[in-house]
This record gives sequence, C-alpha cells and structure tokens, in this order.
Amino acid sequence: MPILMPVSNQRDRIRARVVDGLAEVSQRPATGIADDAHILRDLQIDSLAVMNLILALEEEFDISIPLERVADVVTVQDLVDTIASLIQEPGQ
Amino acid sequence: MNLLNKFAPLRPQLEALSAAGRNPFAVNFDEIVSATEGILEGRRTILLGTNNYLGLTFDAECMAASCEATQRQGTGTTGSRVANGSYAAHRDLEAELAAFFGRRHAMVFSTGYQANLGMLSTLVGRGDHLILDADSHASIYDGARLGYAEVIRFRHNSPEDLAKRLKRLKHSDGGKLVVVEGIYSMRGDVAPLAEIAAVAREGGAALMVDEAHSMGVLGARGRGLAEAIDVEAQVDFIVGTFSKSLGSVGGFCVADADDFDLLRLVCRPYMFTASLPPAVIASTRQALSRMAADSGLRARLMSNARRFSEGLSRLGFYVGAEVSPVISVTLDSRELAVGFWNALLDAGVYLNLALPPATPSDKPLLRASVSAAHSLEQIDTAIAAFGRIGTSLGLLWPRDAVLNQAS
Repeated sequence: MPILMPVSNQRDRIRARVVDGLAEVSQRPATGIADDAHILRDLQIDSLAVMNLILALEEEFDISIPLERVADVVTVQDLVDTIASLIQEPGQ
Repeated sequence: MNLLNKFAPLRPQLEALSAAGRNPFAVNFDEIVSATEGILEGRRTILLGTNNYLGLTFDAECMAASCEATQRQGTGTTGSRVANGSYAAHRDLEAELAAFFGRRHAMVFSTGYQANLGMLSTLVGRGDHLILDADSHASIYDGARLGYAEVIRFRHNSPEDLAKRLKRLKHSDGGKLVVVEGIYSMRGDVAPLAEIAAVAREGGAALMVDEAHSMGVLGARGRGLAEAIDVEAQVDFIVGTFSKSLGSVGGFCVADADDFDLLRLVCRPYMFTASLPPAVIASTRQALSRMAADSGLRARLMSNARRFSEGLSRLGFYVGAEVSPVISVTLDSRELAVGFWNALLDAGVYLNLALPPATPSDKPLLRASVSAAHSLEQIDTAIAAFGRIGTSLGLLWPRDAVLNQAS
C-alpha cells in the first residue's frame, strides 16, 4: 500500500524507525547512531539480529526486501534508502 | 596478501570455545560401533545427536546390500550420470522413491544439500520469486543464492506473514515458489503445513516441502509431514535426504509436474557432480524398503522421543510441547551451553552444540536427536546425565533431580 506523504517526511520517519530499531538491538543510544555507521562493524550487531530487525521493518512498512538487496546494505543510510526505494516501487 | 586474513577474528572465538574442553566443531570419534554408540577419547559414548532416526546405519540387510553392490559393481561411478550414464540401480531407486511417495517422478542427487541447491536454483529463475521460511536450512538459502529468482523470507511458521508477502507480489507475472520444512532441524518444530498450503494456493504459488527430518518419522507410511496431516495433494515438490532415516547419503526430489524429466538437462547440481556409488544406492534401496514395510521402527522412534522429552521435562528443562525426535534445550549463555555440552561428553553422551547465528534465536541450543535404535537404558542414562549436570550448573533445583531419580 503506498504511503502518501511528502518524500522528505517519509524518509525522516523511515530513518527514525531504523535508528530506533538498531539502537534497541545494539543497546546503545539512538543519538549515537550516525547515517554512515556500518551496521555489523560499527554497531557490532550480529547478522541474525539484523535479519530479525529487517523482518520487523518489512512488517511496519508493508514491504518485502529481497535477500540480494539485504546483501547490499552496509550502512544505516543504505538500509534507509533500500526501504524508501521499495516503498516507492509499484507492486510493493 | 593472505586471503585468509579476513577469517582471523574467528581464531580467538574458536580458542575461547575450545578452552572449556573440546572444539565443538571438530569432535573426533575413535570409532563408531553401532547406530547409537561410538568410542570417543577411549570412552563408550551414546550417540544422541546424529539424526539416525531409524537406526538403519547398522541394519544387517542394508550393510549386506552395500557389500554385495560393491563386489558386483565396484566402488564408484567415477562421474556424473550425464557423462558416465546411469546404473540400473539409480533408475530403480528413483522408481521406488516415486512409488513410495505416490508421485510420477523422482530425481536423485548426490547429497540432500545438492537436492536443495539443484531444485531451488532451477525451478525458479529470473523474474520469478522464491519465498522462504526465515528459519530455513542453509541448503535452502544456498540454493536460493545459486539461482536468479528474487528471494524473500517470511516469519518462521507464520502463514499470516506468508499471506502478506504473497499479496505484495500479486501484480508480479513471474512464477512463485514457497519453501518450508516438515520438521525444522534445530528445534524439532513442525510447519503449520495445511495453513501454509492454503495460503500458497490462494497466492498462486507452488509449494515445496523439505522432508529431510520428517521422512521416516511422520506419517502412517513415513512419507513425512504432508502425509501426516493429509495435505500431500497440495504439495507440488517434496525434497529429502538419504542421510537421516535411510542411513546413507544422497538427496532427492519427487513431484507430479509435467516435464519434470527435462530438469535433468538444466539442473546443474544434478548434472555436474559424480553420481552416488553402487554401495550407497543399494543400502538406500534396502532401507527405503524396510522403512516402508516396518512401521514398528517409527513407533519405537516416537516412543523413545516421548521418553526422552518427558524425562527432560520432568527434570525442569523446557523442551517444547510437540514430541519430535529432535529435542532441544535452550540455554541462556554460550559459556553455559559449552560447559553443559562438555560435561555431557564427559558423561558419555554426545549431542549437538548449536550456537548463534546457526540457531533460530540468539540463544545457544543443546540439540538431541533420538533414534529408534536407542535402548531404554541409553535414553535413561542420557536423562540422568542431564539431571546431574543441570543441577551442578545451577540450572535445576536439586530436589527436582532427586525426585526424578526416585521415580
């Protein structure tokens, strides 16, 4: 279902939710999570926890992130961009 | 430049794991002496983690069939069935598997892993979608990576999440294949297959079930979960292995689909690997025949599984509600799990130590698999060892262990 709101607001919302999720999993404050932080290396989150977080984000944004696109996600920004692009795509 | 440098961080982790006693990734048996017993560090050890569900690895007729096949046809095929041709026994085994499952077609692979690589990378391709249960076995994930379909996951055992995923794909023109397992290997839980089959059908997807851990275990004839809950007609493809209930090595897929035979021309993990040697085919055929004819094996397996599961439960371990030959105990920390596992080996009980990320949650598991060939004494010895060790590690109230021993 398309989410009808200005793109910038939508991006902010996605980013807030991604950062909250990463903060919860990595047990560190959301304010300390930068856009260019490497999810596995800098935040020291294991791959299983990332996959579980992605299941939750998919549900929240009503999208499915194909595994090959998950493989391309390295930074926080990558994850935000991936979710944003899938929300824009028709058929999602 | 050392190409292996990227793995160097694993070294301290492995050393830390091994510091408590043994390397859990490299247990070296001196000898395996029966379906349920090996010699480890000079000590008789109960094998309680080898997926030998029916205990047929030492079945006299299976062993005799293997020996005779080697004497008559040699030790190996030295190549693929495409290059070197099929032996009569390869074709016979495929016909017998198809008949056993009541399907028109069967195709044999050299391992169960390759069966998943082959089927998943070939059945769906570019423009198609592969929809996997999130807790799928590595061979399913690897098969997905080998092909060109877009791969998405749904929440483990959630038909509701699967339905949402399929709904999002409703405008997609390509083919869709949903993949689930009969019994999941880590925790022994089963798929809600009737609901998943209904959702797959509604969403226009084909359904594949991996019965690796459920063949020979579930169903009146041992055909697996689909037979047990009477949904075989809704399952399009069944994959499985010979390395568990059938006591050898190899994998297969059975189906009714038209043109199934054409897969032999396009399925690379089938085409470009050596075919199974005569000894393996012969024991597998004998084991299949025994498994189909002797429902007593399954009855003994389930009775042993119930005894072990109830024994652990009485001690105070949480083992899940479903009785399955795969019985796992979740522990809170890696240190506790490693200590428990080493103490079990010291007590002569071998099972699997499963550590995240190879486990479904972020907790480690002690994973046992029960066999029809375990004696009641072996099961009780293992339960008693769990009780002693659990108590000494402070996981159980001592009085529970005392009560259990008194009963």
